[in-house]
Amino acid sequence: MARAWKWVTGVLMTASILLAFTYSPVAMRPRYSSETHQNVMVPWPEFRIFFFHVPSAWVAALAFTVAMIWSIRYLRRRDVRFDDVVLASSELGFVFCAVALLSGMIWARREWGAFWNWDPRQNTVLILLLIYGGYFTLRSAIADEDKRRRITAVYSIFAFATVPFLMFIVPRIMETLHPSPIIKTNENSGVMNAKMRLVFYLFLLSYTALYLWVLNIRVRVERVSRSSVMDLQTQEVA
Amino acid sequence: MTWLEGALAILAKDVRSEVRTRAALNAIVLFSVVTLTVVSYATGSFGLSPEVHASLLWIIVFFGAMAGLSRTFVVEAERGTEVALKLTASGTQVFLGKFLFNLALLGLLDLVLIPLFQILLPIREANWGLLGIGLGLGSLALAASTTLVAAIVAQAGVKGALFTVLSFPILIPVLVAGVSSTRKAMDHAPWADAVSEVQLLISYAGIMLTLSFLLFDSVWRD
Repeated sequence: MARAWKWVTGVLMTASILLAFTYSPVAMRPRYSSETHQNVMVPWPEFRIFFFHVPSAWVAALAFTVAMIWSIRYLRRRDVRFDDVVLASSELGFVFCAVALLSGMIWARREWGAFWNWDPRQNTVLILLLIYGGYFTLRSAIADEDKRRRITAVYSIFAFATVPFLMFIVPRIMETLHPSPIIKTNENSGVMNAKMRLVFYLFLLSYTALYLWVLNIRVRVERVSRSSVMDLQTQEVA
Repeated sequence: MTWLEGALAILAKDVRSEVRTRAALNAIVLFSVVTLTVVSYATGSFGLSPEVHASLLWIIVFFGAMAGLSRTFVVEAERGTEVALKLTASGTQVFLGKFLFNLALLGLLDLVLIPLFQILLPIREANWGLLGIGLGLGSLALAASTTLVAAIVAQAGVKGALFTVLSFPILIPVLVAGVSSTRKAMDHAPWADAVSEVQLLISYAGIMLTLSFLLFDSVWRD
């Protein structure tokens, strides 16, 4: 099964990267021309970072949601294997969140003129990183294993509840420069046409496959390392 | 003894021990007074814009809360009274009592801070009702989300910095809405302008309280 994920991810990822630079047309956008005093459509090749930026934000959200659901399952059943998923998924969410933040910053430098603009959406992603940084700090601060799993599961659920506020409500109070989070379907808006949308969905799929593949590996590593620690402990007792 | 009476008994016990030691109260009030003095020295006689004014007020409230609220569960562990509390009351009763105690502490902080703020960094004119509501609801949301974090921190090894590390990112929505409502109040904005801030604070406090009631037993009981 794990081997299948590896191939699925490899093929999907290669295909979507190739298509992003060949099949997908270059986006156009209006720019004011001082010669004709009219808006003219100019090519906008930078838009391609969108293919890498949005799927990483999507996978981060998916990974944190998975971590939250598996935390609830852990608190219900107290099964160690659920906690492995929580840890692995939080770690992956953290990494994808950092990728979304960095790719967003590169784009912001190009479009808005500075890497950091204190835009609410930039803040949101930064705060998500801080929340899960807090989660890992808490994990390392509790020595007793059962207690650690129980307490961090509670924090994971509690912290996740702030995400809707950060994602949807705070940007309503503070002004945002971020392009609309909803994918526009209107052809005339110049944002995405059918070909671009196809490539974009392919990227979403391949990022999700990448997440599932690495999650699978990470969970198995955690399981193996735990069992080897337990073997050592039983050997010492013997 | 009904469920509510039990929770109120825990609140009464905490208030009584606070009146005797005044540990948390001293920490909160002195911390805010010191911060306020530093801020007023730093800004000197410059006239402050409502944006800066509101941010300074909330920074002081925020760090005053950080200084005092983390203690509630740590003292139980240090005094060795945790087990007695576990035996005599249910988890939700303990949570409600501690939450109300934290809320009372923050209310006191607000009552001390605002007159002092008015002396050192006077707000000339404002929509006072909105200012009060924003500060009150902000304190409610602060207490609602930090009580569970305080219980979590009491279970962990390193206590000092962990409380701030864990609470700060969770409290960002409160900070944003609080600063925004206070700024609007100082700008003399009508009530209708601050509806979304008030809604955010109320719904945030409601969600955090509900979750805390559901999750508290998992932290409190082994």
